[in-house]
Amino acid sequence: MSEINLEQPGPGHTPGVVPDETSIEQRETQGLSQGQIVRKRFFRHRAAVVSMIVLAFVVLLAFTSVGLALPGIRIPGWWQWNWTETPELVDNGRPTLNLVPGPGFGIGVHPFGQDQVGHDIFAVVMRGAQQSLMIMVIVGVVGTVIGVLFGALAGFYRGWVDTVLMRFTDVIITIPYIVVGAVVGRAVGGLGAALLGIFLGLFSWMGLARLVRGEFLSLREREFVDAARVSGASDRRIIFKHILPNSVGVIIVAATLLMASAILAETALSFLGYGVRFPDTSLGLIISENQAAFATRPWLFWWPGLFIIIIALCVNFIGDGLRDAFDPRQKKMPSPKALARAAAKKASKAFSKPATS
Amino acid sequence: MASFITRRLIAAFFVLLAATFVMYMLTWAAVDPLRDLREGNAPNKAQLIEARSNLLDLDVPVFFRYFLWLAGVGKCFIGQCDFGTSIQGLPITTLLSQAIGSTIQLVTVAQILAIILGIIVGITTALRQYSGYDYVVTFFSFLFFSLPIFWVAVLLKQFVAIGFNDWLGSPEIAIPVIIGLTVLSGFFWFSVVGGSPKRRWASFAVGAAAAAALLFYFNAVDWFSTPFIGPVGVVLTAVAAAFGVTAVSVGLKDRKALIAALVTAGLGIVAYFPMYYFLSAYMTLPIFVGLAVLTVVVGAVIGFLLGGKDKAASARTSAIVAFVVGGVVALDCHLYWWSAYVGSSRVGGRPIATVGSQTPNLGGNFWIQGIDTFTHLLLPTIAIILISFASLTRYTRASMLEVMNQDYIRTARSKGLTQRTVVVRHALRNAMIPITTIIALDIGALIGGAVITEFVFGWSGMGQLFQKGLNSQDPGPVMAFFVVTGLLAVVFNLVADLLYAALDPRIRVS
Repeated sequence: MSEINLEQPGPGHTPGVVPDETSIEQRETQGLSQGQIVRKRFFRHRAAVVSMIVLAFVVLLAFTSVGLALPGIRIPGWWQWNWTETPELVDNGRPTLNLVPGPGFGIGVHPFGQDQVGHDIFAVVMRGAQQSLMIMVIVGVVGTVIGVLFGALAGFYRGWVDTVLMRFTDVIITIPYIVVGAVVGRAVGGLGAALLGIFLGLFSWMGLARLVRGEFLSLREREFVDAARVSGASDRRIIFKHILPNSVGVIIVAATLLMASAILAETALSFLGYGVRFPDTSLGLIISENQAAFATRPWLFWWPGLFIIIIALCVNFIGDGLRDAFDPRQKKMPSPKALARAAAKKASKAFSKPATS
Repeated sequence: MASFITRRLIAAFFVLLAATFVMYMLTWAAVDPLRDLREGNAPNKAQLIEARSNLLDLDVPVFFRYFLWLAGVGKCFIGQCDFGTSIQGLPITTLLSQAIGSTIQLVTVAQILAIILGIIVGITTALRQYSGYDYVVTFFSFLFFSLPIFWVAVLLKQFVAIGFNDWLGSPEIAIPVIIGLTVLSGFFWFSVVGGSPKRRWASFAVGAAAAAALLFYFNAVDWFSTPFIGPVGVVLTAVAAAFGVTAVSVGLKDRKALIAALVTAGLGIVAYFPMYYFLSAYMTLPIFVGLAVLTVVVGAVIGFLLGGKDKAASARTSAIVAFVVGGVVALDCHLYWWSAYVGSSRVGGRPIATVGSQTPNLGGNFWIQGIDTFTHLLLPTIAIILISFASLTRYTRASMLEVMNQDYIRTARSKGLTQRTVVVRHALRNAMIPITTIIALDIGALIGGAVITEFVFGWSGMGQLFQKGLNSQDPGPVMAFFVVTGLLAVVFNLVADLLYAALDPRIRVS
């Protein structure tokens, strides 16, 4: 590492000018805030940034295309069909999406095709993606809130609070998620996606609670907590203002990965028939309803699966990027090739514009 | 240590007790065992409801009913398990014992393969960090990690089973496929072998040429209609295994270990002929298992007797070689019966099965039954491997990278030890400590995770017991399933803790 620093002009060599090819770690002396460092490190993770853009696009597409159905209100979207309409079958329901330049290029009437009754699969998949995304977020929020609360209390107070909360965590973690999900889904699945999400969230906080407890156990021994305590801060203030912001990295990463597993769990439960039920739909349910038709209408099967994978993959990559961004031990040094390229670039710049400083 | 284990056992017991209570309440809140009777219109409705209420103790409040159920389960300690009865009146213990064997068969093979593959790929990606190979594997492990297993299952059925069975009608590998596989094999060897660009391109050429030659050979002898390994194949793989295993475990410089491995391989080759032409007709499962154990023991003894300074390492090497050679011989015996299996009237030329765990009324000898198990296990095994392989690779890679950056590895390097010694002897052992505990936890969660796999592949095991119970509003099987999975989870949690303490002397249990 030091070798590379010797070859590179150090920060502060030319005041005010940041050499753009050095890594963020080499610019530690610049006085960036924690948030700025994390943001810069995150944006360096190419897969995570691409995933974030793709996920934003999917969310936008899912929620604007077919609109929303809130209790009592129906906000229409820009797409011509919705997921309950059954227009006439066009070309036996084959997808009209054609991305090959030439005659027939364009998205057509039913880009993802139709099922045997005539439902527009684009609208159905968009509705399914809405439901799956919504459940994913609800599970993430509920699981994170409970996990942080339990972990924080157990790690901060230790003693009998810790024992009670952690033994309770042990009990719930013994029950496999898919099992409790199936039993709970069987009971409340018919009551709508939001409620299903809340109930699934009630059983998905255990890993997070353990992580947060570990963080709290180590952070509560640090000097800044002692300093806060002797200056008269209440327990609540120490927990929420002093320790919690310092463990936010662990929490965000764990919450992201929790959401990634939540979407797979929800689709699996809906597939088994314990999740979202007819007449509403979800990505897992579409696959389950149409799996027998694979030979005749494969598009009923490809599109919902593709959307599950896109969403889960994006969330996983974002989680990976966040983990790299928050991990202080991650110091990615540029490869020899990249360093040579950067040096060459700098040399050519210096040659063309000799008088910048 | 003893007091630590006792305390953990007592804690685990109470955790399991509380978990069964939570599950019992949840299950009874979710199902209504009388619903089908109440909604039906049988003439003797009242009597039926009365009978089922008596059967399931419905007149007792659910809180006390839990203790009745618990008393039955508690009898397991004196060898008389009683999980209650299903709504049809069948004792659940019988249903459970049938289901358990089937599920264990399904998950064991898949898990072992996933562990071996995951660890090997994880180590190689860690050693070639930031290479093209590393990026490709990283991307695919993320992809597999995000795959819904039920979706993969349908694809596997369509393309692997139906597609392969169709292709078997006239099995000839197409030229584009050969080109693709050739390049893939070349790329793999190019990435895994390190060193100068010249050496890497040479390995690319060798790997690609070997793959192309093999594929053209398969086409030439119509291998997929009448697959075989044959004496030549057995000799080649045995010698390759002797050299390969020795090179990785103790290094080729240890001549005595190499000679021991080669002698073991030679003995395996000699044993092949009586085995293939004579003994294979009398094979049964106990003999098969006995021979497998004998093979490994003989290998270990040869290694121990012929080994040099480090007798234990030499014995280990020869035992692994013996296992590999034995496996190849057993595979060839299976392949001998392959065309008989494919041609049999029950199979009808479509060997890869999409549902179920065996072909009904197939008959045949030990080898044919073995092939039948294999063809039924293939698809679910691939599905399970894809999913667990991803996380295992990631964990192994991370753990290996962490260890490879430690100071003692640098010390080992600066002493002048070879790359093999540093990686296998110094790094791998410590990198495996966290992996062992993760594997133990994985196994604990395995049966619970098999619910979906069993459902899509029509496998009548534990998962189906659970699912059918839940669908037919029958709480008994659901609870029985949960007792088994919960018990496994608690036990393997304990095993993981103990393993960690045993493997890592820095952890003090107190």
